[in-house]
Amino acid sequence: MNSSFTQQQLAEFSKEIRKQTIWMIGNLGVGHIGGALSIVDLLAVLYAKTMRIDPNNPDWEDRDLLVLSKGHAGPALYATLALKGYFPLSELATLNQGGTNLPSHCDRTKTKGIDMTTGSLGQGLSAACGLAYARKIDENDCYVYAIIGDGESQEGQNWEAAMFASHQKLDHLIAFTDYNKMQIDGTTEQVLDLGDIEGKWNSFGWHTLRIDGHDLKAIEEAIQKAKEEKGKPSMIILDTIKGKGASFCEGKVTNHNMAYDLEVANAAIKELL
Amino acid sequence: MQNKEMRSVYCDTLIELAKDDNRIMVVEADLMRASGTMAFKDVYPQRAVDVGVAEANMVGVSAGLSAAGKIPFAATFGCFASRRVFDQFFISVNYAKLNVKLVGTDPGISAAFNGGTHMPFEDIGLMRMIPGLTILEPSDPISLKALVKECAASEGSSYMRLHRKAVEPLYSEDETFTLGKGKVLKDGTDVTLIALGAIMVPQALKAAKLLEREGITAAVIDMHTVKPLDEELVLSYARKTGAIVTAENHQVSGGLGSEVANLLSTTLPTPMAMVGIHDAFGQVGTQDWLAQHYRLTAEEIATQAKRLCAQK
Repeated sequence: MNSSFTQQQLAEFSKEIRKQTIWMIGNLGVGHIGGALSIVDLLAVLYAKTMRIDPNNPDWEDRDLLVLSKGHAGPALYATLALKGYFPLSELATLNQGGTNLPSHCDRTKTKGIDMTTGSLGQGLSAACGLAYARKIDENDCYVYAIIGDGESQEGQNWEAAMFASHQKLDHLIAFTDYNKMQIDGTTEQVLDLGDIEGKWNSFGWHTLRIDGHDLKAIEEAIQKAKEEKGKPSMIILDTIKGKGASFCEGKVTNHNMAYDLEVANAAIKELL
Repeated sequence: MQNKEMRSVYCDTLIELAKDDNRIMVVEADLMRASGTMAFKDVYPQRAVDVGVAEANMVGVSAGLSAAGKIPFAATFGCFASRRVFDQFFISVNYAKLNVKLVGTDPGISAAFNGGTHMPFEDIGLMRMIPGLTILEPSDPISLKALVKECAASEGSSYMRLHRKAVEPLYSEDETFTLGKGKVLKDGTDVTLIALGAIMVPQALKAAKLLEREGITAAVIDMHTVKPLDEELVLSYARKTGAIVTAENHQVSGGLGSEVANLLSTTLPTPMAMVGIHDAFGQVGTQDWLAQHYRLTAEEIATQAKRLCAQK
């Protein structure tokens, strides 16, 4: 944990992740920009303030763990990990190239700092439950974080995992729903409405919070509250904007997997300065 | 002395392993009573996880446990362990290169009264498509115990078909087993019977006796590990006997028959016959009735062997 990070430094870190993410996908020419940008502020808080990690020792047994279940947001996490020093920033240019360590979806066997392989939606929360259960019986006090998408929440396996986590009282499991309200075929409301998402998690026995997912201070405070909750896993629902911070794609339903070039990327990066 | 149920052997072996290795865990989806692992839970309550009727989560939780360094043995009926959770096992476990020992109980016709919905004739076929996965089906309590220990000790995931009921031992207590190395139960020169599992290995031995009466000496191999196949053994017996009959409680397409045929057709073309299920769904019935219906019998194995020998 690095609580000495000031709010201003945190905002800068978040901006830097955003810039690197926009650049990385623009450099490649196509990618999952929308859902990557919507979790940038969360990643900034987790990696700058919250998580107990050591980039020089990515396999450290006492580290906090993260399962990015919406694996297609990998590029945002790669930018974060590179900025934290897990691997050189120059590697971001290899995204999705043959033989890369940075594939479109997170792969624990390829990338330093990636704790679980994801990409087939709906599976990450179960793995996070397994990690949290194992750490619990080992009396290891680390936290396991999981990030699931809102469209991904339509996968039934999440709700199997939801029942399991509350039944097992996995209070060191803290999950987030990136509620950007968009999925490939339209808005979540149009495709398959999540309805009372807070009520759903509550009724599954989770301590549930709902905050602005782009408010760094609110994210930090919510995680703190989640940690104080005993005997229950926590779900923090983040109201977010898909494509947040890049005017060429922000809030556009077409931004799930979007083609754009470096010129567009550089213009967007300039807007962030 | 009455033979021990295979599921009890499975559970006792895990309890024995868990004594010296706190990474060993049991994960179940409301079938602990069926898999026989309640006794494990009694001894190691924290290390036995019952996720309820939620097989996808069972495999996902197992993946997470493995990522945290545990060695989970996750069991459910073979139909669910394969068909129902194929993507979870494929991606969260195997693609992620984790170490989960998945166990599918009641293989093929042993599902008997549970019928077609619960009768996996295709689980091996599905699992064979997963790169690097070890696939096994022990034929008796002695080999089961040894091979569960082998699985626990080897890094990497496996899929084991577990016959739950009591079967007669085929081996002596001191017999040793290695994953990927078939066992020659009987030598022979005219034809080789390569069999799999607690139903078909005894049938192959019986078929060898039937053939003996007709002057045909058959070799019998217990090919407990389907993948990786013991290629050396198959090739040496193909050379030696010039005729191969495979026998499995599974569809021949995608199963042991296919595995052996893949090897022989590309390396040493040898006349072959495959005894097993031929493109059919399961159904209810006693195990004996089903064995007759699908011709998973010593007589069928012997008939096929004679046909091959006559063509020589």
